[in-house]
Amino acid sequence: MSAIQSPTERIWWKQPLDRVEGTWIVIAFVWCLVMFFMMPYWHIYGKQNLSNEAYRSTPEAFLAKAQAMVDKYTVRTVTEQNIPVVHPVPGSDVYLVARLWQFWPVLELEEGQTYRLHIMSTDWLHGFSLQPENINIQIHPGYEHVVTLTPTREGTYSLICNEYCGINHHTMASKLYVVKPKKG
Amino acid sequence: MSQVPTPNGPADDADPDDEPIPMMQSLIDNPFLLLFLGVAMPTVLYIVWGVMEIVGIPLAK
Amino acid sequence: MAVNRNFRTCPSTGLVYHEPAEKLIRWNAVAGVVSLLVGGILALLVTLTRWPAVKLLPPDWFYLVLTAHGLDMLVFWIIFFEIAVLYFAASTLLKCRLATPKVAWVAFWLMIVGALMNNVAVFKGDSSVMFTSYVPMGAHPLFYLGLILFAVGALVACFVFFGTLVVGKAEKTYNGSIPLVTFGAVTAAIIAVFTIAAGAIILIPTFLWSVGLVSHIDSLMYRTVWWAFGHSSQQINVAAHVSVWYAIAAIVFGAKPMSEKVSRGAFVLYILFLQLASAHHLLADPGLTSNWKIFNTSYAMYLAVLASMVHGLTVPGAIEVAQREKGFNKGLFEWLRKAPWGNPSFSGMFMSLVGFGFLGGISGVMMGTEQLNLIIHNTIYVPGHFHATVVVGTTLAFMALTYFLIPTLFRRELMFPGMAKWQTYVYGLGMMGFSVFMMGAGTLGVPRRHWDMAFSGAALPHEFPGTAYLMMGLMAVSGILAVVGGAMYLLITVGSVFLGKKIQTPDFKRVPVREGMAPPPVPVAAVPAGHGKIGMGGFVAPGTFVLAMVFLTSFILYYFVNWKYLSTVWPLK
Repeated sequence: MSAIQSPTERIWWKQPLDRVEGTWIVIAFVWCLVMFFMMPYWHIYGKQNLSNEAYRSTPEAFLAKAQAMVDKYTVRTVTEQNIPVVHPVPGSDVYLVARLWQFWPVLELEEGQTYRLHIMSTDWLHGFSLQPENINIQIHPGYEHVVTLTPTREGTYSLICNEYCGINHHTMASKLYVVKPKKG
Repeated sequence: MSQVPTPNGPADDADPDDEPIPMMQSLIDNPFLLLFLGVAMPTVLYIVWGVMEIVGIPLAK
Repeated sequence: MAVNRNFRTCPSTGLVYHEPAEKLIRWNAVAGVVSLLVGGILALLVTLTRWPAVKLLPPDWFYLVLTAHGLDMLVFWIIFFEIAVLYFAASTLLKCRLATPKVAWVAFWLMIVGALMNNVAVFKGDSSVMFTSYVPMGAHPLFYLGLILFAVGALVACFVFFGTLVVGKAEKTYNGSIPLVTFGAVTAAIIAVFTIAAGAIILIPTFLWSVGLVSHIDSLMYRTVWWAFGHSSQQINVAAHVSVWYAIAAIVFGAKPMSEKVSRGAFVLYILFLQLASAHHLLADPGLTSNWKIFNTSYAMYLAVLASMVHGLTVPGAIEVAQREKGFNKGLFEWLRKAPWGNPSFSGMFMSLVGFGFLGGISGVMMGTEQLNLIIHNTIYVPGHFHATVVVGTTLAFMALTYFLIPTLFRRELMFPGMAKWQTYVYGLGMMGFSVFMMGAGTLGVPRRHWDMAFSGAALPHEFPGTAYLMMGLMAVSGILAVVGGAMYLLITVGSVFLGKKIQTPDFKRVPVREGMAPPPVPVAAVPAGHGKIGMGGFVAPGTFVLAMVFLTSFILYYFVNWKYLSTVWPLK
């Protein structure tokens, strides 16, 4: 009878469908298909897709690569801790280390240029949250994630950690500068 | 039993209780079959497939 | 060994209670409510700390309290209550004795010991690792051991439930198929078995790691398998609260499912596909391919979303049909206007349904889209979403059910009935506001699980816009309203259960197997016919259909607004 009792009829499977249910199922299913195909569609025609490129790595190997980039491209330092600001060549491989509780180094990128950004943690899980763009990526220790990105507007952006990483989690923040390309 | 047995004959076919339960209904009525499917599906599609992909991540150059 | 075959029949509802089952349902429900009380106090502390103008706790206490809040609410409150619902759906609804009550008590005590152990580990202060306990951040071994014991207890309880189904069938306590609500409980129990198995696969090695027997746990492997536990545990809730919706529709309105085939088919889609959505949490992680992400995050082409949309139509549809058959057949919405809005069982259930669909459902599908997740992942939008699903959806539905259970199960009159009328509204609206403002702050980038959105002490802090601070303030005010609603619930239920006026009912008496059998079915046509002459334009539930179309329109608009927003952020590939 009601939903808390067994169905009265033995063969409930053959009850004809009410029109309201049938119509809704068709409409809802079509909408489900639209939502499903939006994802592959965006991979082909959209511009914002998270890269599948990732490698297994170690903190030592990753730090060595980041250090080599810092040695080559540092333009100045910021804060009392003298965190290097690097201005790498457009199109190059850029390394960003996330660790307790900082991002290292600070990046200065050129507007409209494309970079291969490698991100990895050397200790716990961290989050890459670029504000105010609001692009958010998980950072793992031991997995080097390569994201190809193109800053579109010049300005000073913030990077904040949005994966809980202990007591000073709220101090893990950094900057990302986007400047106009140098002429000539 | 309240139902009186009817003599054998073609009239029996009309008895609603004789109609067999459709296969789909009997599948849905079997909680252990559903338990098997409900555990196997996500184990294979989510856990096994996912773990295989993680194991297959190449080493950094 | 003699089997306890003592039963009693509730005179007002006609429900049949098995003596040991009644005791177990009560104790599991009480353990759940105690967890809710602890979790609720912690909720207030979390809210007051995230209110930028108040910032109550220092960071170490904030993370400790947030960890305990997550576990007490998401795991202990909900699973204790769900075990009570499972026993009710098997034993009471099938009029059947509970299989192996002794084993069920072992399960109960394992769960109690596990919950206490886990809470002790957290409150000792060295296990502030959040509900998710992501490695390589480590907790005290007791933290993992407590969760493992709790999970084993819950698994045993699920098998007591399955055993009871076998007993009911063998002793012929029902005819034909099990009731729809019991079928929904089967769905919840199946998801629970997968959930707990996944939890064991990951938490046992992590426990061994915490005591030094295993040297390394891979962080990506941990997140992948852990979420098969963490997300699926919330899918148990979905199946359970949908069953509660059907149950309340049946209890309050005598509503019959519009079609058993459609409603059960939707539950089967849950069984097959709902757990795949654990991938929602890994869309921003490295190394897993888009094939895996798209297939799993979409529950294999959104088949479980289809199921939820079906339930979202058939539950109010069943109510509408029942009301129209009673004569409220005028216009589109007379059936809804004349619904018992002063009955907290109904108002709680209806708000749970609407809030779960409009707030929790739409936001969940949006952020579970592979690319859209980029602008949502780990922002406070995420807790905004799951407070709409788990709190407005599950907790509110369970509260609504409690009002029905107090007289029939606990045999006590409800205390403060006037307050009970308001409780579901205060709690429901408070929680909806809380969710909406969190989502608002999340779209502005405010991170979740974060002590200070002003980044005090950071060398290079970020400055959030004033709107984000406003959103967080409004969130806190709504949160306090919800805490008030929660306190009202606790006052009413604890007061009624312990101090309420006793209702005298016939006591337990032995029922032999033969007498416990279901009477032979009344002869009806084997195949049900359609519905009679109600509704309009060939639709038996036109009002519900209009509401469903309103829902779909909001869904489509919100979905594409977010794609539009995504298309403006920096290109990535």
